Amino acid sequence: MAVQAGEISERPAWLEKDPKLLRAVKIGVFVVILFVVIYPFISVLATSLASEPDVIKNGGLVIWPEHPTFGAYQTIFAGGVVTRAIIVSVAITSIGTLLSLAVTIGMAYGLSRPIWGGKYFLLIALFTLLFVPGIIPNYLAVKQYGLLNTYAALILPVLVSAFNLVVLRQFFMNIPGELLDSARIDGANDWDILVKIVMPLSMAVVAVVALFYAVSYWNDFFTALLYLNDSSMWPLQLVLRLYVVQGAPLPSAGDVVENAPPLESIQMAVVVVAMIPILCVYPFLQRYFTRGVLSGAIKG
Amino acid sequence: MSAVDVKQASARTLGRAAAETRAGPKTTVWQRIWRDRIMLLMVLPGVLYFILFRYLPLLGNIIAFEDYLPFLGFTDSAFVGFANFQQMFADPAFWQATVNTIIIAILQIVFYFPMPIILAMMLQSLISTRVRRAIQSVVYLPHFVSWVIVVALWQQVLGGSGIFVHTLRDLGLPPLNVMTEPGFFKPLVTLQLIWKETGYATIIFLAALLSIDSSLYEAAVMDGAGRWQRIWHVTLPGIMGVIILLLILRLGLFLSVGFEQILLQRNAVGPAAGEVLDTYVYFKGIVGGQWGVTAAAGLIKGIIGTLLVLGANKFAHRMGQEGVYN
Repeated sequence: MAVQAGEISERPAWLEKDPKLLRAVKIGVFVVILFVVIYPFISVLATSLASEPDVIKNGGLVIWPEHPTFGAYQTIFAGGVVTRAIIVSVAITSIGTLLSLAVTIGMAYGLSRPIWGGKYFLLIALFTLLFVPGIIPNYLAVKQYGLLNTYAALILPVLVSAFNLVVLRQFFMNIPGELLDSARIDGANDWDILVKIVMPLSMAVVAVVALFYAVSYWNDFFTALLYLNDSSMWPLQLVLRLYVVQGAPLPSAGDVVENAPPLESIQMAVVVVAMIPILCVYPFLQRYFTRGVLSGAIKG
Repeated sequence: MSAVDVKQASARTLGRAAAETRAGPKTTVWQRIWRDRIMLLMVLPGVLYFILFRYLPLLGNIIAFEDYLPFLGFTDSAFVGFANFQQMFADPAFWQATVNTIIIAILQIVFYFPMPIILAMMLQSLISTRVRRAIQSVVYLPHFVSWVIVVALWQQVLGGSGIFVHTLRDLGLPPLNVMTEPGFFKPLVTLQLIWKETGYATIIFLAALLSIDSSLYEAAVMDGAGRWQRIWHVTLPGIMGVIILLLILRLGLFLSVGFEQILLQRNAVGPAAGEVLDTYVYFKGIVGGQWGVTAAAGLIKGIIGTLLVLGANKFAHRMGQEGVYN
């Protein structure tokens, strides 16, 4: 890709300067776009930090909390539904990501070399890009396997993404065969080669795929809605749906604190907590992932 | 994308086999399996996953032809032929969901699809790489946020206590909650899609734009082409291949219009305005227990969806679009 062509920050000689009006329109449009994207995030953050008077003053609309407080965050971390949901989400995301990575790496590496039957195993994975079994058949299968109402149902049905498999396999195939052959001559078996040679060379792309998986486990709510009947098992996104999107009253976590934070703040604090992991990994995602998407989608 | 993948990938595997010197002369199948045993063990869990969770569930579609009762299971439930399909076609809610799906799909193609192209062209026109990167890192963000959060964010802004209703009130207009107004539902979900995915979708168009040979622009300037003429005669032809390809792929997904997004908001506006095919299957089947009828609906949708994807891929191939992807 000629992305490098875009690295030049100087005006090419042939390019005329923007006329003033066009320039103003362009800046204006970009400012509006940035505002529309950022404002909801700011509004949620401001409301989550607001105290009762801030919320009441303007009929619920908080532009800037004049008396900021972390009361809402204390409330949701004080035990109870949200705390438990956070623990569930963190656990599912970390265990799921590790399992997905292990299975995807094994499959991608095996299929990146000419092994017996490799072509057919690859087709088995790639054909799934053409269809989905559908909600009802998936549900019946999970039920048949005895996974309903277990945490395994949040991981196993979405264990491997064919897209991530293709991205990893593509990368592994670009590792020169001679390198692996010479290790084999030195007596290394396929497992040693994967652990000692291939993995160290692939840390960056593995990290990208790990983030891919982690984001999708963290953001998932439908798998849990479909397979978990017991609401005490719910992950954060589902709790968010119940108490924020559908506006159900949050059960209080035992002792009611004095100056209890307003409901709006608590709701928005849940939203912020659900966003924080994404915001933390976002800089890494943005840097590597653009490249990953392009190379995976284009060369795949 | 996928059909292209399948062909290229298998071609590569074959190429490797010839290049790499693993395969000795005249080895039997068992010798090859034994030689590759570690690799095969590494591949096995993934293959098992695909078989157990992506292929075997297809068998569950059999209940589309049964009067399925969960306590009997699908081996003992009575076989009813096409009765479920007849019942489905006689259900006005199914047709309502179909109509809603088609309207939303059309709105998405008309209003969402051009957005990333326009934004990518605007980003390309920025001279400073640093400014462009900064804008990109803001507009990509919503893609990574879950639909639950996106809906919560929109409620916060457009709902009863949000800035939108406040502004209406300040202007002396009636407070209108767009989020719960059935008439606004379809434009609303389209706008949400634009908000969430436009930035991220620019990636592929921007890559195509930046790979246009700049000598073409220089030549156009020499010939006296102005800014808009260059867009028309150089930029658009330069990315037309990608545009057509992505449009075809999008048409392939015509019947899948944002399941999670709509599921989250369907109850706020009611099924008449908010039901699409996927939510019809979910609410009537999983929630309502009408297994057979909704399995039939799911099966029909799945078959049409697969045909659309296959057709789209084939069409993209026929347009000679592999060139774009190399």
